[in-house]
Amino acid sequence: MPPNIGVLALQGDVREHRVALGRLGISYRPVRLPEDLEEIEGLVIPGGESTTIGRLAERFGLLHPLRAALADGLPTLATCAGMILVAGSIVEGDQPLLGGLDVVVRRNAFGRQNESFEMDLDVKGLDRPFHGVFIRAPWVEKVGSDVEVLARVGDRPVMVSSGRIVALSFHPELTDDSRIHRLWMEGGGS
Amino acid sequence: MKTGTELVKRGLADMLKGGVIMDVVDADQARIAEDAGAVAVMALERVPADIRKDGGVARMANPAKVTEIMGAVTIPVMAKCRIGHFLEARVLEELGVDYIDESEVLTPADEEYHVDKWPFTTPFVCGARDLGEGLRRLSEGAAMIRTKGEAGTGNVVEAVRHIRAITSQMEALPDMTDEEQAHQARMMRVSVELVKEVASLGRLPVVNFAAGGIATPSDAALMMALGCDGVFVGSGIFKSSQPAAYAAAIVEATTFWDSPGVVAKVSRGLGEPMRGKEIATLEPAERLAARGW
Repeated sequence: MPPNIGVLALQGDVREHRVALGRLGISYRPVRLPEDLEEIEGLVIPGGESTTIGRLAERFGLLHPLRAALADGLPTLATCAGMILVAGSIVEGDQPLLGGLDVVVRRNAFGRQNESFEMDLDVKGLDRPFHGVFIRAPWVEKVGSDVEVLARVGDRPVMVSSGRIVALSFHPELTDDSRIHRLWMEGGGS
Repeated sequence: MKTGTELVKRGLADMLKGGVIMDVVDADQARIAEDAGAVAVMALERVPADIRKDGGVARMANPAKVTEIMGAVTIPVMAKCRIGHFLEARVLEELGVDYIDESEVLTPADEEYHVDKWPFTTPFVCGARDLGEGLRRLSEGAAMIRTKGEAGTGNVVEAVRHIRAITSQMEALPDMTDEEQAHQARMMRVSVELVKEVASLGRLPVVNFAAGGIATPSDAALMMALGCDGVFVGSGIFKSSQPAAYAAAIVEATTFWDSPGVVAKVSRGLGEPMRGKEIATLEPAERLAARGW
C-alpha cells in the first residue's frame, strides 16, 4: 500500500505536486480543513504565497492542528512558501507560521522576480545534480543544531532537513524530476 | 545561473494559483490587500471603475507610486502598461515589478502591435476573450493569461463569456484531424505547434486567471468553478463599502469555491458590493475588452 500523502491545498502550485507524486505512483488528498489531516502519513506544503497560505490556515482552524502534527514528526516536504511556513522564525515580518524546523528563513532573499533563476545544484543523497528553479526564493539564514544542510547556493543553505521534515527554497515540482520527492518519501535525507 | 527564462516567468504565475490578485492605487490599499490574503497586488493609477467615470487617457501608474507600493508589501507587485507601450513596460521592468500586465484597461498606445514580450526579464500577463487571442499573446511572449471580462463594471458576464469561449475552443482541439488543427492555427494566426501543444495538454501551457467584473465572493467562486486558476479583482474591493472584509471574503471563496457552505458563510455581513453596470448600457467606446486583437 502506498502511503497516504496530503498536499496542503489552500493556495499555490498544488497541481504540480500532484503530478510529481503521481510519477511515483502515489495519489494524494487535498488538505484544506482540520479533518483532512486525519489518517495522512505525510504532508506536502507547496509553493505559493506564504502570507496567503498562513492566513487561510489561521482562519479555517488549520494552524494549530498543523503545528501539532509537525511537532509530532509528521513527514513533511515543504517547497519555497512551504519552507517559510515550517521555519521556526523569519527574519522580518509578522505572519502566521507552522514551525517544526529549527531554522531562521529570509523571505525573497535572492530578490524579486527579475532575480528569479534556474541552476543545477548538488544535493546530498542524489548522485547527479538537480535542476533547481528559484522563484522570489527564500534562503536559510540560520540553522539549528539538529538541522542538516542538503544543498547550498554559494554559502546559503537552500535545502535542509531535520527528522522527517525536508524544506527547500526551490521547486522540484516545476521540473519532470521526482527524485527529491522520492528522497523525502524514502526517509528524507537524514 | 539563468534569469528571465520561460520556466521562471511561467513559474511565478504557478505560485499564484488558487489566489486573488487585487488592484491597488497606493501603499495603504496594498497593505489591506496583503493582510486580507492577496497573493499579489496590481499597482495602477486609478481602478477601472474610476477610469470609466473620469475618462481621459489612462496610463501606467506614476513610478513613485509603484515604488511606494513595492516597499509596502512582501507579496509580488504587478503593474499595468498600455497595449503596445513597450517604453512603459521597460520603465516597469527597471522599477523591478514582478509582473507586467499589458492591459486593455489602459488607453492603448499602439493599434497595430502589442509589446514584443520575449526580450524582457520581467514576465507579462495579457487579457484574452477567446483561445486565439490568448495564443497570440503567448506567441508574443506572455507568461500568463487572464480573461478580459469587462473591467470596472462589477458585472461578471463578460468574464464568463471569455472563459467559456477559451474552454470550449480548447476542448474541441483534440478531436480534430491534423488538417483541421492546421486550419484552426491559421484562423487564430498562431503556429500549428502551439495549437498541438494545447490539444495534447488539454489546457493552456500557462496559468489562466479570471479578470474583469468580478465583484463578490460568489463571482470569484463561479470563475474558479468554470476552470480559472485564480482571480483578479479590480474595482470590486475598494469600491465596496468594507474593503478589508470584502477582500478577505473573496480570498476565502476562491480557495473554497467548491464549497457553497463556505462561500455563503464568508459572504455574510459584508455590506454593499460595488454598484455595477449593465453591459448593454455601455457605449461601444466604453467596452474595454474590445481593445487589442
